[in-house]
Amino acid sequence: MNRVSSLSLWRERLFGTPFTGFLTLVMAFGIAWVAVPLIRWSLIDATWAGTTRADCAPGGACWVFIRARFGQFMYGLYPVDQRWRVDLAGILFLLGTLSVVFAPQRLRLRLGVAMLVLLPPLGIWLLSGGLSLRYIETREWGGLMLTLFISIYASLIAIPLGILFALGRQSELRVIRLISVVFIEFWRGVPIIAVIFLASLLLPLILPGGIGIDRLARAVIGLGFVIAAYMAEAVRGGLQALPKGQREAATALGLTYWKATGLIILPQALRISLPAMTNEFIALIKNTTLVLVVSILDLLGIAQASLADPNWVGMNMEAYAFSGAIYWLICFALSRWSRHLETLGRRQNH
Amino acid sequence: MNKALSFINDKRVRDWIYQIAAVAFLVGLTIFFVRNASENMVKAGIASGFGFLWRTSGIEVPFVLTGYTQSDNIFSLFWVGVANTMLVTVIGIVLATLLGFVIGIARLSSHWLTSAIAGAYIEFVRNIPLLFFVLFWYFGVIAALPAPRQSIGLFGVAFLNNRGLTIPLPDSVDNLRWAALIVLASWVAYGLISVWARRRKERTGQDAPLLAIGIGLILVIPALAIAWASLATRWDVPVLRGFNYRGGFAVIPEFVALLAALVTYTAGFIAEIVRGGIESVPKGQTEAAGALGLRPGRILSLVVIPQALRVMMPPLTNQYLNVLKNSSFGAAIAYPDVVSLFMGSALNNTGQAIEIIAMTLAVYLVIGLAVSGLMNWYNARIALVTR
Repeated sequence: MNRVSSLSLWRERLFGTPFTGFLTLVMAFGIAWVAVPLIRWSLIDATWAGTTRADCAPGGACWVFIRARFGQFMYGLYPVDQRWRVDLAGILFLLGTLSVVFAPQRLRLRLGVAMLVLLPPLGIWLLSGGLSLRYIETREWGGLMLTLFISIYASLIAIPLGILFALGRQSELRVIRLISVVFIEFWRGVPIIAVIFLASLLLPLILPGGIGIDRLARAVIGLGFVIAAYMAEAVRGGLQALPKGQREAATALGLTYWKATGLIILPQALRISLPAMTNEFIALIKNTTLVLVVSILDLLGIAQASLADPNWVGMNMEAYAFSGAIYWLICFALSRWSRHLETLGRRQNH
Repeated sequence: MNKALSFINDKRVRDWIYQIAAVAFLVGLTIFFVRNASENMVKAGIASGFGFLWRTSGIEVPFVLTGYTQSDNIFSLFWVGVANTMLVTVIGIVLATLLGFVIGIARLSSHWLTSAIAGAYIEFVRNIPLLFFVLFWYFGVIAALPAPRQSIGLFGVAFLNNRGLTIPLPDSVDNLRWAALIVLASWVAYGLISVWARRRKERTGQDAPLLAIGIGLILVIPALAIAWASLATRWDVPVLRGFNYRGGFAVIPEFVALLAALVTYTAGFIAEIVRGGIESVPKGQTEAAGALGLRPGRILSLVVIPQALRVMMPPLTNQYLNVLKNSSFGAAIAYPDVVSLFMGSALNNTGQAIEIIAMTLAVYLVIGLAVSGLMNWYNARIALVTR
C-alpha cells in the first residue's frame, strides 16, 4: 500500500502536469547527456589492472595511473621506508582526538589541554625527524599528508589567535578594539595567495639575520594569520549571540575579566560558533591548495606535477578526478557535520 | 595596601595601563621587525624607496588593455596588472550573479528534478577548492579544445580554440562611444521617471505604466543604439591565416580559464545566498499580499524581492569582494593580474619586496574599503525603518 502511494507521489512530482512532464523529460535528457559518457569513461571503459600506460584501453579512464602513483598522492616524495612515521602521526592524532571526544566530562578539559601540548611537537618530530629518527626535509613532504598537516597546524595558530582578536573586538578598551579591528579587516581584505607570497618573502626578511625559517613553516604561518581573521569573525558571531547579562552576572559574582571569559563566556560562545568555525576550517582546507604558488606540493600540487611525467602523458582527467574526489569527500563530510551541529544547537536553544 | 599604590585598583587607571602596554608591545615589535629588515636588506644589497617604479620594466605581457609596451616603466606595469584584475573581476561578478540567480531559483523550484540538479551542482562546487577549478579549466578543458584550424566558431565572428578566444575588434570606437552615452542617458532617464512616479503615487495614488517605460528605456532604446553603432562600425573580424587567427582581439586562454573557474565556483555560493534570501521572506507575506488582491507578479516585485534583497545584500557583497580577491588565483596559471605581474615578475626583477607587496595589498584594501563603504550606505538606505 505504502509502495503504491509513494509511486503515485513520484508520478505526481515528475509528470503531474504536461509542463512538469516536459520539464522532467528535458532534465532527464540533460542528465543522460552528461552522465552516460561520464559513467562509460570512468567505469565501463576504464582500465583498473596493470602497471604501465600501455595496459590502458583508449577511450576509458586509466585508473592504473592512480594505482601506480597512489603513494605519491598520499605522501608526496616522502621516502617509502619512512612512511610509517606519517601513518603513526596520523593514528596518534586520530586517537588523541577520539580520546578527548569520548572522555568523561570532568577529564575532558585536562585531557584536551594535554593533547594540545603534546601532540603538535610529537607530530613535527615524527614527520621531520631528529633524535634518532632520520631527518627528512619538508621539500620531500607532499600529497594528502601535507594538505592535512598544513590545515591542522595552520588552525593551531588560527583558532587561539582568532579567539583573542574576537574578544579584542568586543572589548570595552578602545585601543584594544581598534588594534583588533585593523588586524581582522586587514587580513580579511587581502587575497590569500598574496599572503602566501608575502609570508615566504617577508618572514625571512623581518627575523634577525641568521635565523633560517623553513619554507613550509612560512606558508603555515601566513595561512594561520589569514584564517585567524576569519575565525575571529566566526567567534564574534557566538560572542554577540550571548545575552549581555551573562558577563554582567559573572562580574557581579566577583569574577575577573579573564575568569568570566574563560568560565562563562567562551564555553557558551564557542559552542554557538562551532558550525561557523567548521566552515572556516573547510575554507582553510580548500585554501591550502594555494601553497602551490611557492612550489610546495600538496594533494592538488602532486596531481598537477604528475601530469609532467613522460611515462604517463595525457592523464589530466584521471589526476583531477581523483584529487577532486578526495577534496570533495573531506569537505562534504565536514560541511555535513557542521550542519548537524547547527541543528543540534538550535534544538538545544528551544 | 599602601595608599600611594591604591590607584592601581582604580579601573580607569588599569584600563589605561593595559592599553598603553598593548601599544608599547606593538611599537616594540614593529621596531624589531623594521630593524631586522633594514639590516638584512643592507646585507643582501637591496635598495629601498619607490624610485624603482620609474625604471624601464622590460617585462613582456601577453594581455594588455592599457597600451603598455616593454619599454614603459614599472609603474605602468602595475596599472596593467590592476586593469587585468579589474577586467576579470567585473565580468566574473556579472556572469556569476546571472548563473547564481538561475541556480538559486532553480533550487527553489517546485519541480523536484530541477531542484535536485541545482542542489547537486551547489554541493559539488562548494566542496572543491577554487584552485582545482582554475587548473581543471586551464589544463583539462582549454588545453583539450581543438587547434585553431578546427576552432569552435561562435556565430562566425568569434573563435574558441586551445589558444584562447579570438573576438572581433572595432576599427574605431566613435560610434560605440555614442551608443554608450545613449544607453547611460536612457538609464538615468528611467531612474528619474521612476522616482517621479513613486512621488506621484504617494501623493495621488495613481500608477504610472512603469513596466512599459522600463522595457523601453532599459532594454529597447539601448539595444537599438548598440545595434546601430555595431552596424555603423567597421569590425576587424578574425580570419584563419596559416596556423592561427589574424585580426580581432585575442583573449588569452588564461583569461578564459580563470573566468570560467570564477564563475562556476562563485555561482554555487551566490545560489545559496539567493535561496536563503527568498526563503527568509515568511510565507505569510506572500499570502497576505495575495489576500489584499495583488497579482503574483506584483507580489514578487513589491513584497518578496525587496525583503529578500535586504537579506541578500551583505553576503552578496562579501561574495563580490571574494571574486576580487580570488581573481589572484590567476597567478597559478600565469594570468597577468596584479599579483602575478607585480608581486611575481616585477618583484623578481627588482627584489624590492616590501614596496611591491605594500602596493599590491593596497589595491585590494582600497577597493575592498570603497565597496564596503558603498554597501554600508546602501544597506542603511534600504534598512527596515522601525518606529
